[in-house]
Amino acid sequence: MPEWKELVRRQLAELRLTPEREAEIAEELAQYAEDRYEELQLSGVSEAEALRQTLNEVLDQKAMASGLRDVERTDVPEPVVLGAGTKGHFLSGVGQDVRYGIRTLRKNAGFSAIAILALAIGIGANTAIFSVVNGVLLQPLAYPDSARLVSLYEATADFSHSSVAYPNYLDWRRESHSFSEMGAYRSDSFNLTGLGRPERVSGEYVTASLLSVLGVTPRLGRVFRPEEDRPATGCTVMLSYDFWQGRFGAEPNILGQKLRLNAMSCVVIGVLPASFGMTAQVYLPIEQWTGVGLRTRESHPGLRVIGRLRPGVSIQAARGEMEAIAKDLARRYPATNALNSVAVVPMKDDMVGNVRPVLLLLAGAVGFVLIIACANVANLLLARSAARKREFAIRAALGAERWRVVRQLLTESVLLSLCGAAVGLPLAQWGTTLLVAAAPASLPRSGDVRLDMYVLLFTLAVSLMTGILFGVAPALHSANINAQESLKTGTRGAGGGRHRTEGIFVALETCLAVVLLAGSALMIQSVWRLLQVKPGFAADHILTMQVALSPKVMASPSGIRTAFQQLIERVETLPGVQAAALTSLLPLGDNDSEIDFWLGNGPQPGPEGLKTVVFYVVSPDYPAVMQIPLLRGRVLTERDNLGATPVALIDEVMAKQIFPGVDPIGRQITLIALGTVQIVGVVGHVKQWGLDSDDTNKIRSQVYFPLLQVPDRFMSSGVTGLTLALRGKGEPLSFVPSVRAAVAGPTDDQPVYGVRAMKDVISGSLAGRRFMMLVLIVFASVALILAAVGIYGVMSYAVTRRTSELGVRSALGASQWQIVGLVLRQGMGLAGVGLIVGLAASVTLTRFLGTLLYGVGAGDPLTLAAVTVVLGAVAMLACVLPAKRASAVDPAVALRCE
Amino acid sequence: MSPEWKKGSAELLLLSLIENVPRHGYEIGKLIEQRSLGALRFHAASLYPLLYRLEKRGWVQGKWVEKAGQRRRRYYNLTAQGRTVLAAQRKGWESFVLAISRVTGAGNA
Repeated sequence: MPEWKELVRRQLAELRLTPEREAEIAEELAQYAEDRYEELQLSGVSEAEALRQTLNEVLDQKAMASGLRDVERTDVPEPVVLGAGTKGHFLSGVGQDVRYGIRTLRKNAGFSAIAILALAIGIGANTAIFSVVNGVLLQPLAYPDSARLVSLYEATADFSHSSVAYPNYLDWRRESHSFSEMGAYRSDSFNLTGLGRPERVSGEYVTASLLSVLGVTPRLGRVFRPEEDRPATGCTVMLSYDFWQGRFGAEPNILGQKLRLNAMSCVVIGVLPASFGMTAQVYLPIEQWTGVGLRTRESHPGLRVIGRLRPGVSIQAARGEMEAIAKDLARRYPATNALNSVAVVPMKDDMVGNVRPVLLLLAGAVGFVLIIACANVANLLLARSAARKREFAIRAALGAERWRVVRQLLTESVLLSLCGAAVGLPLAQWGTTLLVAAAPASLPRSGDVRLDMYVLLFTLAVSLMTGILFGVAPALHSANINAQESLKTGTRGAGGGRHRTEGIFVALETCLAVVLLAGSALMIQSVWRLLQVKPGFAADHILTMQVALSPKVMASPSGIRTAFQQLIERVETLPGVQAAALTSLLPLGDNDSEIDFWLGNGPQPGPEGLKTVVFYVVSPDYPAVMQIPLLRGRVLTERDNLGATPVALIDEVMAKQIFPGVDPIGRQITLIALGTVQIVGVVGHVKQWGLDSDDTNKIRSQVYFPLLQVPDRFMSSGVTGLTLALRGKGEPLSFVPSVRAAVAGPTDDQPVYGVRAMKDVISGSLAGRRFMMLVLIVFASVALILAAVGIYGVMSYAVTRRTSELGVRSALGASQWQIVGLVLRQGMGLAGVGLIVGLAASVTLTRFLGTLLYGVGAGDPLTLAAVTVVLGAVAMLACVLPAKRASAVDPAVALRCE
Repeated sequence: MSPEWKKGSAELLLLSLIENVPRHGYEIGKLIEQRSLGALRFHAASLYPLLYRLEKRGWVQGKWVEKAGQRRRRYYNLTAQGRTVLAAQRKGWESFVLAISRVTGAGNA
């Protein structure tokens, strides 16, 4: 009798029913055929004729297939191109593949959940990092035609990117032809009064041209007119969108209102759009700034210049022109400009150039995490492909082509990765928020970081790629299964290729985990070593904050001096406060301040005779508050005031550099614009530029100048925004309320802002490294866990596969320990290969950490040894359970399975 | 008999045959042929798709039944919903036949 079932099945194959349904229908129809065949034979028809008729009736392929297809339509809605039609139509039947894939994944919920989780972590982390890379590095700046915007700096002997002297900017703007427009701005802050409680607002002095350089259209009102950017004209002000919203409740009638900023009364003429890239709250024409620094070429008062290249002008051409202009200025103003040139850089590079290597490094690291997740899922799929061997064999036997099986499996793996992406996206959203929150404040454009369309496209692309990446090996492997072999041997059978692939994956993920571990270990060491660096002062118990004086006292220099003295007195008498002082500059912060000087009290020499030092204006107790040690001479006192000989303290570095082998006490130096001072004391060096970079900075010498000796002409503009530092018993931040009240003073109109404990300033100076360290630790931990899971999975499966072999071994007298050793050797062998390759890769790859490393080299042997120990321990742990299971194999049971 | 006639009545035939006794597919096909004295014949290619369709609609329910000494077979019986449908179809068919015979038979009467 014919194999009816097989004949029916062959016809049904084209319908792509689920295996269960297909089997059911095949059985039923086969029975019908059998009945009919028997009946026909009983009625006396010849065997051949009976067979012909039955085949005709039952297996009338066209009728049956079309009939069934209509019925099974809800399962299989897409029309199936039967017969030869399926060939060459690569996409035909993708719908079925997807549906079938979904069912398969649902059937193996546990497997799917683990795979999706691993992928979600990998894809989510990648999406989060990419959203930062995208927002910060890839997206153009939020200005029209922003590629033509460039930043211009003066290049001085000490700084390649120095802020610009305002007169130089004016000459640049007038004389250059490469730019359609050039503008400048300078950050400052203002006391906003007359609207209830006084507050300190952040501001920018901008040239009238700046907004047209940037191409910004105001949200309300208008931009500054050129005539408003002149000295001694009525003050006008523009507000940031956020400030307008938050402080003025988005009042539409804000235009024309007057704001009292410091001593100026400024008319609001416009509100900037929400997308405006700067963060200050108020914007004033730069000529409103009365600081003496604005008018001299000596002074570089934090002025930043932006230009918009004319269409068709390259940045190189602009650079050439600007260099020529700078040369001409050097000739005309040799005293100030002789050594200065111009640096022209694309504005975006200028904003994000510093963080590019860090972000790319993170992108690389997170890519490793994804590859590890992929390797893990690939191994899961490989293990499962063994269990599905029969399924593929049957499909092959029914005539499924090899590429169809591959496509089915790839569909399943892409489905998995898309699910991973779906779960990973909320993770990414959360991770992005976390990243931006944890990122150092110096991360530029953090406001531009969001999950936008580009990020979603990236995620989609990554998940598709991921799906194919981890699906290809298992799919090709499954498609290679020898149908007959598999059907014969059932669920067991050889698969040498698969185990080799598994081994490679485990070694690969171990290798990548090692690199991440090494990277994070190096960062931990760097941060730890930096925390051991002595900053030159005692940061504990110091509270710092910026203070602003009441507009009422700002009118006269003597009033300002008195107000500062009274402020310090009020704070010093607070309970628990040991000492308080004012300073123009804090170490390790974001600001810096330098001054040029020459030796003796003679006339100003040429630029080559000038030296630059870090410049602090301080009240007498500053060294006491900071506990900067006095090494020679005396400290400053209240008597070092305007009536006395001008004096200064210098630090030990300056003593050594400027006065080698000589006692500097009593020597004179002349500070540019301030005059000649006598050195009365030498104090310890303070790490002004950073715990790591201070040693290598070009300008290390430091000069402390008494606040009370600042000449009248600098008093109102030169010493605003001083920082109050106080040393107290106990937690520094606990002093904030009482200090705030004491600073506010009797008139209650002196705000404090920028409140920070000094130890937070120090840790803030390490923020970039700490951030890198934290992210790498997270990545390395995830990598380690995934690698451990990978090793465990492969070893468990290996033990299951070798059950009978292990049974034979123990039957032949192998001890439990020998069996354990056998499994451990196999597992640790895989991990070992990964470890060795990983260590070699670490030596090369951790070099990219570059300047983030401090006091430890990329290939640090101690670090690599520690990584080896950690990874070895984790791998061992992952092997122990399977090994124990192996040692518990009962030979009798194992052999019975055979 | 013309295919159109068969198509219109096939569901009714099937449902009627399993109204009281669960039957398997071959048996249903056989009974249709016998009771119609060979006028109606359903091959597997049309019978089974129809059965599956009725099953999908919830009118009939197939069950694998194993009887001693026989291989297991799939028996179909009528569901409650199928019973309602059968009653309605029967009524519709009767009034249809009545209407037709009134038109076609009236002239002869």
